[in-house]
Amino acid sequence: MVPPRIDGVASLPVPSPDGSTVIELHNVSRRYGSFEAVRGVSFTVAQGELFALLGTNGAGKTSTVEVVEGLSRPSGGQVRVLGHDPYTERATVRPRIGIMLQEAGFAGDLTVAETMRMWAGTASRPRPVAEVMAAVDLEHKATTVVKQLSGGERRRLDLALALIGAPEVLFLDEPTTGLDPESRRNTWRLIRGMLAEGTTVLLTTHYLEEAEELADRLAIMHQGRIVAAGTVAEVVAAHPARISFQLPAGVAPEALPTLPGARSVHCDHSSGAVEIRTDALQESLAALLAWANPAGLVLPRLQARSASLEEAFLSVADGDVPLADPRIEKVPA
Amino acid sequence: MSTLSSSINRSSPINRLALRRVWWLSRTEFTLFWRNKTAVVTALVLPAAMVVFYARIDASATGGISVNAYILTGAVALMLLFVVYYNLVTAYVARREELVLKRLRTGEARDGEILAAGALPAAVVALAQTAVAVGIGAVLLDLPVPVNVVVLLVGLLGGIVVFALLAAASTAFTKTVEFAQISTLPVLMICVVGSGALVPLSVLPDAAAAVLRFVPLAPVVDLLRLGWVGGPDGAGFLEAFGRAGEPVAILVGWIVVGWLALRRWFRWEPRRS
Repeated sequence: MVPPRIDGVASLPVPSPDGSTVIELHNVSRRYGSFEAVRGVSFTVAQGELFALLGTNGAGKTSTVEVVEGLSRPSGGQVRVLGHDPYTERATVRPRIGIMLQEAGFAGDLTVAETMRMWAGTASRPRPVAEVMAAVDLEHKATTVVKQLSGGERRRLDLALALIGAPEVLFLDEPTTGLDPESRRNTWRLIRGMLAEGTTVLLTTHYLEEAEELADRLAIMHQGRIVAAGTVAEVVAAHPARISFQLPAGVAPEALPTLPGARSVHCDHSSGAVEIRTDALQESLAALLAWANPAGLVLPRLQARSASLEEAFLSVADGDVPLADPRIEKVPA
Repeated sequence: MSTLSSSINRSSPINRLALRRVWWLSRTEFTLFWRNKTAVVTALVLPAAMVVFYARIDASATGGISVNAYILTGAVALMLLFVVYYNLVTAYVARREELVLKRLRTGEARDGEILAAGALPAAVVALAQTAVAVGIGAVLLDLPVPVNVVVLLVGLLGGIVVFALLAAASTAFTKTVEFAQISTLPVLMICVVGSGALVPLSVLPDAAAAVLRFVPLAPVVDLLRLGWVGGPDGAGFLEAFGRAGEPVAILVGWIVVGWLALRRWFRWEPRRS
């Protein structure tokens, strides 16, 4: 199946590496047996930047990140982190990076403080344990054994271990999954602080607002490929805004006016729900109202929404299935 | 699947940081060991049980070594087998299944350091048990002070390395901690019955004895008896070196086999279901 491609950004150009390029992937693929989880992914992340990888479950995010972290060898393509191959030059790269996996275990019988001291003991340039413990708000749990921590506390301990080595590059695989809203805000503040100090971050997340909040640039993955990439504004701009309303009684769908900028008009005959996708929300809306108002037509449940990251994400994830929905008839605008 | 080659092949010379990492990792392993009641009981109770077990052995069939020496050396070898091999299979599998090994591999520690640190508590317990056994032998059982400590230590340390490697390799066919009770049986049975620790190989048919010399625990038993009491014909300090050649070669062979098996089959994460 051919994944949907978003105009012009389906594959990112690979900028030539300069001093500020910290992470560089070129045409990376990863195979498990006959299944190709990652199919030719390329992107770069500059120093001090937060790059977010989004995608549905199974899109290949974690498989991609594991290759960048040096935990796995790519089946094809090249990866450079801080100018080195993270897999074959693990010993050189590791002291400069911090990794927070989506799922990793703790020895349940150790306390929080023991776990952190042990990890600091394996780091070349550890930050003070107390400082990191305070940063993730676990001081009051210092003497608690790990198996008694809540899910959110374990996640913060995960983050703490990734931060202890004072990394120049931080890999965060769904760092706020399972956190309550307050802890999530705290984690975001912590990540922003790291960015302000010049740390480079590669983030994967399920939460679109997290990407909108933190990412300088992002890429959306689908079926092992990057299908959209750029700044939040760029990715969103590739997607149309929506206008929706109920067709007033007695008005045939064919009577709708031609709207400037509209890409498509969908009308569900049974419910009378109309959905218009447009690249020029204001003009389309003005034309619609200019048609309805003089005729005294009221458009029930009228809504106009700018494109959002959520919309972009969903259209990628669904591959625009509404067009294939037999209940919806496409009416040329 | 990821293998050990990446880091082990390019491990830098042992330096301060590497020592510091191993120190912290093994220190943590010791903490966990003392908090694991089962492991502690195994380490302390097993030796006692072993002595009771040995008390029933026919004293006439010990192949030229005094009964007491035979019992103590056999007991030390079997303790090493259980404390190192059995404990480590369960410890490595537990760490793998609870995703601790996966996490440790995200840090700066090299693969070899992670596995070695995991094996250190078992190694220290095995060495301590041996030291106590030598003490008991000398004070209570009229055994000589070891005739060749070097040979004795080579046997002990070599045995620890062999069984730590075999334990790591055995995790490949041990999916759960519980299953370790079954998956360790082949190695345990062969070593208990066939190494000469329990049944003197000299009472077996020559053909069987010739084969059983290659059981991984057999060279450990040989070297312990050689280094401690001079073996069946009471070798002296220098002679002991000469006779150590064959068992040492067998030990080295098993180290190579264990190393290759480890690199080929060891998994750092649970199998994807």
